[in-house]
Amino acid sequence: MTATLEHDDAPAPAPEPTQKAVLRHRRGNRWMHWINFPLITIMIWSGLRIYWAEQEFAFGILDWQLFAFFPDWFNEALGLDRKLARGLAFHLSFGWLLTINGAAYLSYLAGTGGWRELVPTRQQLRRVPAVVMHDLGMRKEEPPKETHYNGAQQLTYTVVILMGIVIVLTGFALFKPVQLSFLVTVFGGYESARLIHFSTTMLFLGFFVIHIIQVVRAGRRNFTSMVTGYEVIDIDPADGVTESEPAVASAAVTTPDEPAAASVATTTTEGGSDVGGVGEDHA
Amino acid sequence: MREAEELSIEDYKKRSRRSFITGGVAAVGGWFTFRNIQSADLVDRAPGPLRDIHELNESIWSSLFREDHLAKEYDISEASILRVNGRHGLRSELDLEGWELTVLGPDGEQLGTHTLDDIKALPWNEMTIEHKCIEGWAQVTNWQGARFSDFLALYEDQLPDDISDVYIETPDGDYYVSVDMATMRHPQTLLAYDNFGEPINELNGAPLRLATPLKYGIKQIKRIGTIQFLRDRGGDYWGERGYDWYAGL
Repeated sequence: MTATLEHDDAPAPAPEPTQKAVLRHRRGNRWMHWINFPLITIMIWSGLRIYWAEQEFAFGILDWQLFAFFPDWFNEALGLDRKLARGLAFHLSFGWLLTINGAAYLSYLAGTGGWRELVPTRQQLRRVPAVVMHDLGMRKEEPPKETHYNGAQQLTYTVVILMGIVIVLTGFALFKPVQLSFLVTVFGGYESARLIHFSTTMLFLGFFVIHIIQVVRAGRRNFTSMVTGYEVIDIDPADGVTESEPAVASAAVTTPDEPAAASVATTTTEGGSDVGGVGEDHA
Repeated sequence: MREAEELSIEDYKKRSRRSFITGGVAAVGGWFTFRNIQSADLVDRAPGPLRDIHELNESIWSSLFREDHLAKEYDISEASILRVNGRHGLRSELDLEGWELTVLGPDGEQLGTHTLDDIKALPWNEMTIEHKCIEGWAQVTNWQGARFSDFLALYEDQLPDDISDVYIETPDGDYYVSVDMATMRHPQTLLAYDNFGEPINELNGAPLRLATPLKYGIKQIKRIGTIQFLRDRGGDYWGERGYDWYAGL
């Protein structure tokens, strides 16, 4: 999976190690990512049980129905029989855990400065179409990155975090619409909050499809790094790390003269949250 | 402990093994926790741990409850007669002539009976609020009647100080709810007999029903027969069937 540059001069067998592991995802990120996965699964599963109690809501207000989301056969196949009470019990219990995990993640992003890696600059935003073209195989060279993530990843993850905030806040608006009436007002009323809550869930499902496809495409080392924190990279004895496209910051500190082991394209950014980019897909 | 920015491949291999073992143990542990919740002993038809969290939710939100925080009211032009969604307690024939309201104290002693005119003699109130069903739908509707707090004032002298809940049931006893006293004292909790200037129709709870925007519809009992003041929570039809007892909004 690691893109290897083709060199005209074949590298001589070196006594140096040929691989090393660089930190990609800090411990807090890894735990919160993997805790989120079952929590979101349970929230969607229990949410479908709630949704099934009253399906016509969202498109009923427009007096037309685009199509029936989740028809009966779908719910039956998943064993989502009409158990509204059970669905509510799970949803309103695990919702707290999701809220706590989400709040912890936001504090972590703020505390470690990790948000700088995720929030795209204007320039990175402009490169998003080019990244998408590249990922779809319609463009040869990958647009440069500023951090570990490319512009499209930055945009996606930033939007997903915002979606997480919206889904939790609309959830609370629906949970206590009188006591938290200010939230209901923010989201344009109870019915509107319900529509936003549901639509955001649909967007999340779309994100999971793309996320999983991209993880598969990015390969085993990338996936493993979300578990171990470290990604194995190949060291090219000739001039250091095999990078098709060093990140801007790391390019400045890496010179061809440095010994291989020392020429790690590792740049600790403010808050110490990142390592220099390696040109490949990270989902 | 701060993690090193990079590791040699040997250190990485040790670390990787440890991470996957930790992850595997956590995943298996999480799965068994979930299965245990699903198969836990039921308390009022909800798995025990989830029932505990219903209770936790109740203690959180009831402690934040404020009697002076009002639910939003709407213009009556936005309102319509409420959709009929449940017939529990309404299956026997409605006897308007013979109807009377029985009031009981905490030990089951009878404190009084009332005709509809007694309720109508209390100060008249109206509200146009958004009614919310626990199934997910909502509808702006109109209720007219007496504040429960005004009705309560008739009995305040006879009641002990430690009344915490009001239990209400239909004349046939088939449907019953238990509502906390804070909600019952709220100015938007009505004993409603009219809507839109007309008597409430039979399936919406004639001659007298509970109406409050602070609870889901499951608590707003129709065709009230008996009201009992309790020192503790009483029976609750849906609370006993896996739902949250509090059902507050």
